[in-house]
Parts: sequence; structure tokens; C-alpha cells
Amino acid sequence: MAPSLFRRNKRQEPMTDSKIILTDVHKRFGSKKVLNGINLSVPAGESLVVIGGSGTGKSVMLKCILGIIRPTSGSIKVDDIEVTKLTGRAQEKVLHKFGMLFQGGALFDSLRVWENVAFGLIQGQGMNRKDAKEVAILKLAKVGLSPDVGQLYPAELSGGMQKRVGLARAIATDPEIIFFDEPTTGLDPIMADVINDLIVESVKDLGATALSITHDMASARKIADNIAMIHKGEILWQGTKDDVDHSGNEYVDQFINGRADGPIQMDVRKL
Amino acid sequence: MNLLAIIGRVVLNTLQETGRLSLFTWHAVSHCFRPPTFGRLVLAQMMRIGYFSLPVVALTTFFTGGVLALQIYYGGSQFNSESIVATIVALGITRELGPVMAGLMIAGRVSAAIAAELGTMRVTEQIDALTTLSTNPYKYLVAPRLIAAVLTLPLLVFIADVIGVFGGYVIGTQTLGFNSGVYIKTTADFLELDDITSGMIKSSVFGFIIALMGCYHGFNSKGGAQGVGRATTNAVVMSSILILASNYLMTSLFFSS
Ligand SMILES: Nc1ncnc2c1ncn2[C@@H]1O[C@H](COP(=O)(O)OP(=O)(O)OP(=O)(O)O)[C@@H](O)[C@H]1O
Ligand SMILES: [Mg+2]
Repeated sequence: MAPSLFRRNKRQEPMTDSKIILTDVHKRFGSKKVLNGINLSVPAGESLVVIGGSGTGKSVMLKCILGIIRPTSGSIKVDDIEVTKLTGRAQEKVLHKFGMLFQGGALFDSLRVWENVAFGLIQGQGMNRKDAKEVAILKLAKVGLSPDVGQLYPAELSGGMQKRVGLARAIATDPEIIFFDEPTTGLDPIMADVINDLIVESVKDLGATALSITHDMASARKIADNIAMIHKGEILWQGTKDDVDHSGNEYVDQFINGRADGPIQMDVRKL
Repeated sequence: MNLLAIIGRVVLNTLQETGRLSLFTWHAVSHCFRPPTFGRLVLAQMMRIGYFSLPVVALTTFFTGGVLALQIYYGGSQFNSESIVATIVALGITRELGPVMAGLMIAGRVSAAIAAELGTMRVTEQIDALTTLSTNPYKYLVAPRLIAAVLTLPLLVFIADVIGVFGGYVIGTQTLGFNSGVYIKTTADFLELDDITSGMIKSSVFGFIIALMGCYHGFNSKGGAQGVGRATTNAVVMSSILILASNYLMTSLFFSS
């Protein structure tokens, strides 16, 4: 497919200071190309939502920024520090800035719920357990979970509750940058909206920079300042959330309207 | 042509695997010595590895000691058997069978458990989550298990030695009709401190192998439940083989002079 199809938006040039800048990031797993030259900048103190189909490399992109996955090539800068080559203490220092909600929750199943939420405070910041527990219970309340849930183990929670615990854990240390990988999937519409509010609040109140991934357009419209569309490991379009309805990009149009026919073809066979 | 390609691939894979294991070992060991060390985690692991392995190890070495006594008695000349049985049981257990049997049993128990636990953590992204919470997984998961295993195995094997020798004594005095006093005196006369310490040094190495293999295979598992199962099997098989091979090496080192 010709690259000219992908009309790049002029807003690619950051207007404010960029907290995170990805330049031409590639990632291959063996022969499988997942990221094909990602160019993306996340403005400081704003909320960017990345939309895109399943398997297009969204989660891999987040993990590349965090250094959990090493990109094959390209540059990733966080606060103007090149993070792709960092190891050890230097990497830990950068990671202190981040909070991450994993798509699958990734709760520690050997620890109680409150210990999960307090983990970053106790292990990462060396807070004592008693104070950390208080903070954890406060954060659990923010995601609509009562203190007695804190005493349970993750396996004893429903899927949606696990998601909310993951969210509480992501925001527990009041990080500068928060990644949300599909924060509202698996939640009922009302709870999803509560979570949306919480994300907005974290960004507005704490001044955090948020990078979220979602399929849920209602959620995207609520939490985004800017929206970017990823397809087959490339950013096809980036703009403000108001522009998303008249982006002039047929990929974006197809996605936000949820149509089966269009330039994005799902590899499915008719029965 | 095809054959060459296969050979080439096997060689490359072996080299790659060796390199990856060496790197993992380097990371793991260096984190054991770099502060901070999580003392609480080490204690918890010592409890899991040591205390809960006691019954298994005790039973194994008791019967090993007993069967050794029987075989020496039936197989050897029955003249002067009293002192021969006592001596061989004591030396056999403390030098070889105690550490090796205990090592193999704990490889089955502990290496598998570690691989399954870390493997599940890997495939459910819990290890990634640790990283994002500024906690080094080597420090938090691997180092405590390594330290605990290296410290605990010698203690376990010391207990195993006592129980194994006791097993030989029970069979000797109850089944073979030996005199209890003579048996104990012969054992005490022939057993030297070196026999026991060499076994304990060996078991420390076995402990290292067991924890390392469990952690390595768990850490590198992929692909859901099946991948975790494969990691568990590999951990047990590899640690058993390495225990037997390193035992041979150490025996030839310790007892060559
Ligand atoms: N560790 C890995 N090894 C090999 N392939 C991988 C690995 N992680 C991801 N992939 C592949 O990369 C592709 C993108 O995966 P990713 O998880 O980023 O998708 P996604 O955009 O987050 O999708 P979804 O919306 O379904 O979560 C997939 O095809 C997946 O098979
Ligand atoms: Mg994903």
C-alpha cells in the first residue's frame, strides 16, 4: 500500500512541550513486523488516546516506551531522555515517572488487593506499610471499591473489579505519566464512565500526562484532548478530539463509525 | 544440504540458549550481592524451600539408608558385615546419596514450583508490572530464591544425612540383627568431618542449580498454560541432569587426592 494514502496531519509538530516523543520506531518479533515506523508525540499535561483495531500493535507500543520490550530501531524520548538504551538504575529512575494499567490487569496474585495497590509505594518509594495501606484504601475508594475488598486476593474478584484495582495501582504513586491500556473494557457503562471521570481527574488535577488505548469511542471522546489512530504498526492520523469526526481520513472514519466495509479489512472468512 | 541446515540450526540454538542462560545467571548472581536485599522475602523462600521439603527429604533418605544396608549385607560377604555395613552406609549417605537424593527430590518439588510460579507471572504480565512499579524482577523474584536455596539445601542435607544413617541403623539392628552399640561406634569411628562438609558444599551447589533453573525457565516461558507446563518440565529435567553432572565433577575434585 502506498504511504501517500496516509494523510499525515499537520499537528504532528508538537504545539506544547512534548513529554514523550517516538520517532520512526520499529519492532519485529522474528519475521513478524508489528511496529512499522511509529511517529508520535504526547504533549505534556494532556491526554492522548490511541485508537486502532485489534492486533495493530497498541500494547506493544506502550511496552516499548516503558522499556519492557526493546524496539528493533528508532528513538523514544521521555522528557528529552533517550530511553531505548537505558538499563539498570537509569531505567528505574525513568520508570518512577510512570504508572501503567495493563490490559489484562497483571495483578500480583500472591498479594492482597491493598498490597497490590500499595506495591509501588512500598517497594518503589520505600514508604512504610501502614501509611501505604492508608493511601491504597483511599485509591481503592476512588475506583469505587470498599476497604474490605482490600483484604481479598485478586483471584477472588470479578474481572471488572480486577480492572479497577489495576487502575488504582496505576495511579497510586501519583505518577507524572499514566498509561491506560483499555481502561474501560469489561466494565458496565456506568462504571466505565466513572473510570473515564477518574482518568480526566487524574490528568486535570494532578497535571499528569496520559496515554490511553481504547476501542471504546465514547470513552475516547470523554478522556481525550488528542486522538491518534494506529493501523498496522503506523500512526495514520493524529489530531484533536473535535477533528476526529471530520478527519478526512477514511481509516479513521471507518473506525469511529464501526463499519465492516472500508479500507480496513478484517481477515475473516465468510461461513 | 538439508542435514547441514538442521545441524546449523541446532548449533545456533544451543549457542543462543547458552548465551541467554549465562546472561541470566550473571544478572541473577549480581543482584544477590547488590543492596538492597529483601530479607523478608529470603526468609519466606527459605521456609518454602527448606521447611516444607523436610518430610519428603526425610522419607527419601531414611529408605535409602535402609536399602543400602540391606544390599551391602546381602551382596557382600556376611563375614564381618557389621562394621562394613555401618561404614559404607555412613560414607555413602554423607558423601553421595544424601546430597544427591535430597537434591533430586527438591529439584522435583522446588524447581517445578518456582518455574510454575514465575512462568505464570510472566505470561500474565506480572513480571512486566513489577518493572513498571520500579521494582527489579531479578532483585525481587530471582535473588531471594537463589539465596534461600543456597543457604537452605546444606541444612536440609545435614538433616537428611542424620536420617539416612539412622535408616541404615534401624535396618541393621532390627532386620539384620546387628549390635546397636557396635554399629554406632563404627559409624562414629569412620565418619570424618570432611565427609559431611563435602556433602554440604555439594548441596549448596545443587541449591543454586535448582533455584536458577526454576527461575530461568519460569522467566523465559511464553505462550500461556502450555508454555508454563513446558517451563516446569524443563526446569525439573535440566536441574536433575545438572545436579548429577555437577555431582560427578565435584566428587572427582574433592576425592581425587
Ligand atoms: N511477545 C510477543 N512475541 C511475539 N509477537 C507478539 C508479542 N507481543 C505481541 N505480539 C504480536 O504483536 C501484534 C500486536 O500486538 P498488541 O498486543 O500490541 O495488539 P493490540 O493492538 O494491543 O491489540 P488489542 O487491541 O487486541 O489488545 C500481535 O499480532 C501479536 O501477535
Ligand atoms: Mg492490547
